[in-house]
Amino acid sequence: MNYSQFLDMTPEVSLIVLILIVFFYDLFTEGKERRGFHTLTCILLGIHTVLNIFPGQDRELFGGMYQAYAMTDIVKTILSIGTLLVFLQAKNWLRRDDTRHKEGEFYILTLCTLLGMNFMMSAGNFLMFFIGLELASIPMACLAAFDKYKHESAEAGAKYIMNAMFSTGLMLYGISFIYGTVGTLYFNDIPTALEGTPMQILAMVFFFAGLGFKISLVPFHLWTADTYQGAPTAVTSYLSVISKGAAAFTLMVILTKVFAPMVENWQLLLYVVIVITITLANLFALKQDNLKRFMAFSSISQAGYIMLAVISGNAQGMTSLVFYVLVYIAANLGAFGVINVIEQKAGKIEMNDYNGLYQSNPKLSFLLTLALFSLAGIPPFAGFFSKFFIFAAAFSEGFYLLVFIALVNTIISLYYYLRIVKAMYIIPNDKPIAYFSSDCSTKISLAICTAGILALGIISAVYDGLNLYAFGM
Amino acid sequence: MDYSYTILILLLPMLSFIVLGLAGMRMQHKVAGAIGTAVLGIVAVLSYATAYFYFGNGRSADGTYEKLMPYNFEWLPFTSNLHIDLGILLDPISVMMLIVISTVSLMVHIYSFGYMKGEKGFQRYYAFLSLFTFSMLGLVVATNIFQMYIFWELVGVSSYLLIGFYYTKPEAVAASKKAFIVTRFADLGFLIGILIYGYYAGTFTFEPETQMLIAAGGMMPWALGLMFVGGAGKSAMFPLHIWLPDAMEGPTPVSALIHAATMVVAGVYLVARMFPIFIAYAPEVLHWIAYLGVLTAFYAAAVACVQTDIKRVLAFSTISQIAFMVVALGVCIGADTHEGLGYMAGMFHLFTHAMFKALLFLGAGAIIHAVHSNEMSAMGGLRKYMPITHITFLIACLAIAGIPPFSGFFSKDEILAACFQFSPVVGWMMSIIAGMTAFYMFRLYYGIFWGKENKELHAHHTPHEAPLSMSFPLMFLAAVTCVSGFIPFGHFVSSNGQAYDIHLNAQVAITSVCIAIVAIVLATFMYMKEQQPVADKLAATFKTLHRAAYRRFYMDEIWMFVTKKIIFRCISTPLAWFDRHAVDQFFNFTAWSANASADEVRGMQSGKIQSYCIWFLIGALAFTVMLLLV
Repeated sequence: MNYSQFLDMTPEVSLIVLILIVFFYDLFTEGKERRGFHTLTCILLGIHTVLNIFPGQDRELFGGMYQAYAMTDIVKTILSIGTLLVFLQAKNWLRRDDTRHKEGEFYILTLCTLLGMNFMMSAGNFLMFFIGLELASIPMACLAAFDKYKHESAEAGAKYIMNAMFSTGLMLYGISFIYGTVGTLYFNDIPTALEGTPMQILAMVFFFAGLGFKISLVPFHLWTADTYQGAPTAVTSYLSVISKGAAAFTLMVILTKVFAPMVENWQLLLYVVIVITITLANLFALKQDNLKRFMAFSSISQAGYIMLAVISGNAQGMTSLVFYVLVYIAANLGAFGVINVIEQKAGKIEMNDYNGLYQSNPKLSFLLTLALFSLAGIPPFAGFFSKFFIFAAAFSEGFYLLVFIALVNTIISLYYYLRIVKAMYIIPNDKPIAYFSSDCSTKISLAICTAGILALGIISAVYDGLNLYAFGM
Repeated sequence: MDYSYTILILLLPMLSFIVLGLAGMRMQHKVAGAIGTAVLGIVAVLSYATAYFYFGNGRSADGTYEKLMPYNFEWLPFTSNLHIDLGILLDPISVMMLIVISTVSLMVHIYSFGYMKGEKGFQRYYAFLSLFTFSMLGLVVATNIFQMYIFWELVGVSSYLLIGFYYTKPEAVAASKKAFIVTRFADLGFLIGILIYGYYAGTFTFEPETQMLIAAGGMMPWALGLMFVGGAGKSAMFPLHIWLPDAMEGPTPVSALIHAATMVVAGVYLVARMFPIFIAYAPEVLHWIAYLGVLTAFYAAAVACVQTDIKRVLAFSTISQIAFMVVALGVCIGADTHEGLGYMAGMFHLFTHAMFKALLFLGAGAIIHAVHSNEMSAMGGLRKYMPITHITFLIACLAIAGIPPFSGFFSKDEILAACFQFSPVVGWMMSIIAGMTAFYMFRLYYGIFWGKENKELHAHHTPHEAPLSMSFPLMFLAAVTCVSGFIPFGHFVSSNGQAYDIHLNAQVAITSVCIAIVAIVLATFMYMKEQQPVADKLAATFKTLHRAAYRRFYMDEIWMFVTKKIIFRCISTPLAWFDRHAVDQFFNFTAWSANASADEVRGMQSGKIQSYCIWFLIGALAFTVMLLLV
């Protein structure tokens, strides 16, 4: 075996080094020495991001077990930027008395899930894919239950792990069918042997259900609301963007590369899933009063939109998917950043608590408004362009009715996003949440998110740059 | 010669607008006014220099002045040919307009020092004046029709802002809205015309390729005609003139600048700008424009004869005089200097009219400043109190009446000559209207400076001569009015660019002067004395006609009837009903059904892991079955 192949796995190797440094720092420091822990981790993660910012060549390592494309590297970079933003926003929460002593755990667990996602995205074999997926799932349950003495957090973790077990079992069952009918688990060899027999269809649906669980597509989404609500807000935001983005990208790669012969089957499957996901999530979101729960349904509906890129199966779809994930990270983490800081400083999480927020905290209200506008897809914010490209991708493959349904749903989504804006600006309140000033790292993360919301859509170089590396069926 | 400094002519007023607009409220009145005036002074000097060098540089080989574009920045490219540019075009008419605009604007800036002294919002006033000057200059130096449109709209906005300057007065607010809506309505035609032009000519520049124009065939007259609709709005052609008399609610110097000398001639300038295409591809449209001009000139002159508000008289006189220019352009029958005499005459009249009409308005401003009223009944016998205003006003009246050697005589004479060349009927019509002009101007003159003195009013407030800041512009413009007729205008501006010597057509000149003198004598006879039995008797005899003319032949009422009674009631009301009961209800229903179904599906989210897993499994199996069956 040629061990120099490890060097071609730069994103994973540098992430492992990062995890080890954080681990040993956590192990051997105590008391006042740990004051710089957060800064150190953020800087190290930043260095990791910068090191991997230039996408490498398309490559296949370890006999096809590991397959990476330039686009995969880009997505990995995007996800590590997102993780960095989550870390920046988590500082307040990590410095609380009840979490301070497990600060290191949070970093290590989060980075482990990120490592798992990296492996999952560049898997070349179903086993490799499965290991990556589990590495991303199991620490996530720990994270959801991080505030373990809080009833909701423990419940969130329990629900997550139980559902994850179930979906994993089902997916493994599906993968075993594939092995049984095809005789291999290598991505490169499967397509030639795939014929679309009923058993393979069952296998494909079960595989899809496993990833659908991670992306939280209807009807595999039911854990989402409870877990999002109960988990610490930093974890929720991580779950809603990073985990989802990685799984969506993996799904697109595997569907277009491995299940290419069954394209008609999975396009129909996605068609139905998209319609019910977007519609049902929107209907649920209408009635939510808890903001984290509300964001859960919003993220389910956003996942439905991301699937519009997957269904096209072409290179344009992949570009728009990655672009959507990038913009979604900026907008959703912008929104979660504000929700998080308000939760930490004022302990408020209900929509009614936001009434009149504009009077006391105009800047935060404005940032949240920008983020929500972007999520709803209002021009000229980045969210408009990302939705536009997604629609264009689906349109190019002839899914006219589907695009129309999605468009109608954006109108409904506008209603519930604007509910929050209305609460902040219009509904009067004698005692709005008192003014507070955010800490420095939250400010940095919010500034980055706002810059992303404003600039990503307007600077066409971003989309064009992604387009260079895209591939499809 | 390097003309790159011409960019300053545009940038300086814009800069002045930004500075005064943002920081004006923190400045003293005098400082703000001085900044605006100083900037305009520089602009005027630069414009004169441009004209001096441009015309001084001599002609190119084919006997025309070269068209120069010191700047042309490609702003919005659509195709290789079709792009929107922003730049500066120097040719005889744009250079001539630079002089007109910067001169009148500078005079108005100086004049306003005295006129607007102590007004609230003095700095805002100067900021708006700068904005207007910037827009108007940008309009005339536009290198393409789209840039012209952009500045055209900017001019409209600044005119709106200035008419509504006294925004606490309901009349001013109504007038500014009216002006904006009417001109904007007309600009819709302009925009459609531009789009048709761009589509068929394949370019927005003023010089499209000939074969494209030939290929466009019947569409070019439509494009040009629709463009003229926009021009008719700005230049107050019948029936779109209704906004101009009301626009007199703005400060009087503004009326002088915008509603007499510069903005209202934008439509004339537009036709002149498109003249080569008009004359080659749509001469019949041009002639229809001439007939419309004759109608407008007559209508406005008739209305002006009976108005009692001095600014309204001047407003209708302006409409009538602009119609003269439009007629002059419209009666051209060919592109060479002789057949296109009207082009030169129209531009010449634009130039002279800008000066003497600005003088008239500024004089009217001085009078209003002195007696605090617009009504002629409050005036009378003012010649004793305001000698400078009196003399300068008289000079302007003689000029507009067409008495030699004042400037109006020369330009009007050329227009009449061009009209006779086109058709004797039009020529005689215009001669008679010129006579009416002399009549109503001297009616105005006698009403203000002679006639019965309003003792009651003067008892507690004796009128006095205006301060120097106001009388200087009057004297300057009067001097210009006296000499500008002798400018060999045909050497600078003509229909095809070749030099053209103006010959006075003796027959036309003598006829028009005779008619003017008769009209003036008639006005003297009727209005000079304190008692005016003849005028009163005429008014009583033709009571209906007099009242109709006084009410502007009910044009405003007709417009109101068409919009309120017909358009609002027959189209807007049913549409509003449809919107409220069908469209809104549909969306209410959608919202209601979304809410109702949201309540229905909530049961799925029970919170129990067992049921979640069952849903999960049912979903996966259902999808499998679906795929197997399809």
